[in-house]
Amino acid sequence: MTVELNIQLQRGGFLLDAYLSAPTGVTVIFGPSGSGKTTLLRAVAGLERVDSGYISIDNTNIVGLAPYKRAVGYVFQEPRLFPHITVLENLKFSQKMARMEVAQDVDEVIDLLELRPLLPRYSAALSGGEAQRVALGRALLSAPKCLCLDEPLSALDHALKQRILPYLERLRNQTKIPILYVTHDAAEMARLADHIVLMQAGRSVLSGSATKVLADPAAVPFLGVRAAGTVISGWIMPPDPTTGLAIMSFSGGQLILPELSQPAGREVRIRIAAQDIILSTEMPKGLSALNIFQGVITDMHQGQGPGVMVQFRVGETLFLARITQYSAEKMGLVLGKTVFAIVKASAFDPAGIGT
Amino acid sequence: MSWYALSTVEIQAVTLSLWVATVSVVVSLPIATGVAFILARRRFWGHGLLNALVHLPLVLPPVVTGYLLLVAFGRQGIFGPVLEALGLQLAFTSAGAALAAAVMAFPLIVRAIRLALEAVDPKLEEAASTLGASPIRVFGFVTLPLILPGVLAGAVVGFAKALGEFGATITFVSNIPGETQTIASAIYALLQVPGQEAAVGRMIGLSVLLSVGALLLSEILARRMVRK
Repeated sequence: MTVELNIQLQRGGFLLDAYLSAPTGVTVIFGPSGSGKTTLLRAVAGLERVDSGYISIDNTNIVGLAPYKRAVGYVFQEPRLFPHITVLENLKFSQKMARMEVAQDVDEVIDLLELRPLLPRYSAALSGGEAQRVALGRALLSAPKCLCLDEPLSALDHALKQRILPYLERLRNQTKIPILYVTHDAAEMARLADHIVLMQAGRSVLSGSATKVLADPAAVPFLGVRAAGTVISGWIMPPDPTTGLAIMSFSGGQLILPELSQPAGREVRIRIAAQDIILSTEMPKGLSALNIFQGVITDMHQGQGPGVMVQFRVGETLFLARITQYSAEKMGLVLGKTVFAIVKASAFDPAGIGT
Repeated sequence: MSWYALSTVEIQAVTLSLWVATVSVVVSLPIATGVAFILARRRFWGHGLLNALVHLPLVLPPVVTGYLLLVAFGRQGIFGPVLEALGLQLAFTSAGAALAAAVMAFPLIVRAIRLALEAVDPKLEEAASTLGASPIRVFGFVTLPLILPGVLAGAVVGFAKALGEFGATITFVSNIPGETQTIASAIYALLQVPGQEAAVGRMIGLSVLLSVGALLLSEILARRMVRK
């Protein structure tokens, strides 16, 4: 299934002019507040009227349809559970409203999101994280053709976010519908995104696969220096018997990680911030850093400050490093030049490691 | 005859009052809910006008409301010929008494339900619509259950108002014992004649009993709702 849209709408002085194409998987819509992310999502669900354009799910235009006829599930920033009925009844409500031919199994969703102990409770007796999980399950049970998640974790504190993210990852890996995910949290984006659409001032300015966009020097002004970086997908290998260090294998070689609570054989993705990579034109010697990769410069982008974003390819993986303009000149970095990247093992954000 | 025994006329007055109050509440409740929904949830040209119209019976002297009912639904009234063609007579009948009571109770019922509606977060209704619920199902499965205590409160206030309605009723349907004489108009009639203190006392006692009874019943129902 694919969601495609090209819409324009005006609200007062604000103009939204967005294009996106979201295949199965998570498409993160990222941008600063006020950039039109939520408006875009509400337009998909039919909660906001568009002035012109189209929104299609599987090549069927849904513009003009009432929200309840669109089969677009929506999880809001607040859970919005119905307070007069129990959790189970909330879940059954949406199943009852859904067209029956595509009804999903309640038990399946309950197990996926581990909702069983919550079923007899009312929403007033749920914590923020629990309520949001129920809201997610409720949206899934309405048999949606597309799921819109509007900053579903923004109301939760950091610890709770870390507890919910695995559920979202499981959801991403197990459902076969496009998921549009709005956030302004870079770590969330790096963990969940298969695709990324960058929004700014009501316009979709850049889009593509997550690994490409995050490592695209041209995207740095929109992502921010901290969010830009390398996303490496690979598999966990059995730990090194002599050192005990965890090893992750990817298309460009092997990464040595300080510690990783994931079992061997699991597919994971990790993120390295652009500022945590050091570049060298020669193979470095006598360094304490364990991860050194050889790559070829594929793109360079000069920012407004003293920094330069250097993109280079290691195997199939695009890396992004941020160095100073002065260093780049001194090292004579140009497109096509071979560089060595030094990554400190401690650069891996444990919170940014996803499955 | 002992002091507490009710005369035939008095029994008829009590029966009629209960019938009038019940019918007027049952008939106006769905309409009032609809009007309250429109007033609470929709913005349109004429919103203020509709609101004023609904509240008119509350602010007009009841006698004026009764007179206007006569002008509209009397035999010589605006809708008189239509009613006659339908074989309906409202002026000076018990059905007319129910109409007068309903009109007088209507603004109170609308106000109670509208208050409850305004306390319901429209975001919940929005969420229901994204789950595939049509507007009618959103109302039936989400809005209505949430405003039920308000609807109940409106019904009780309306019932009490209809039970005690006097001015518009006596103007529109007069005070015919056994036909249009309610408890209130019976008390008024009894007060016109000296030496009817016992009868007046009985009727007053009854009207207090009925009103308090309705209030108690609503309290019990409301509590059961909250517990659920």
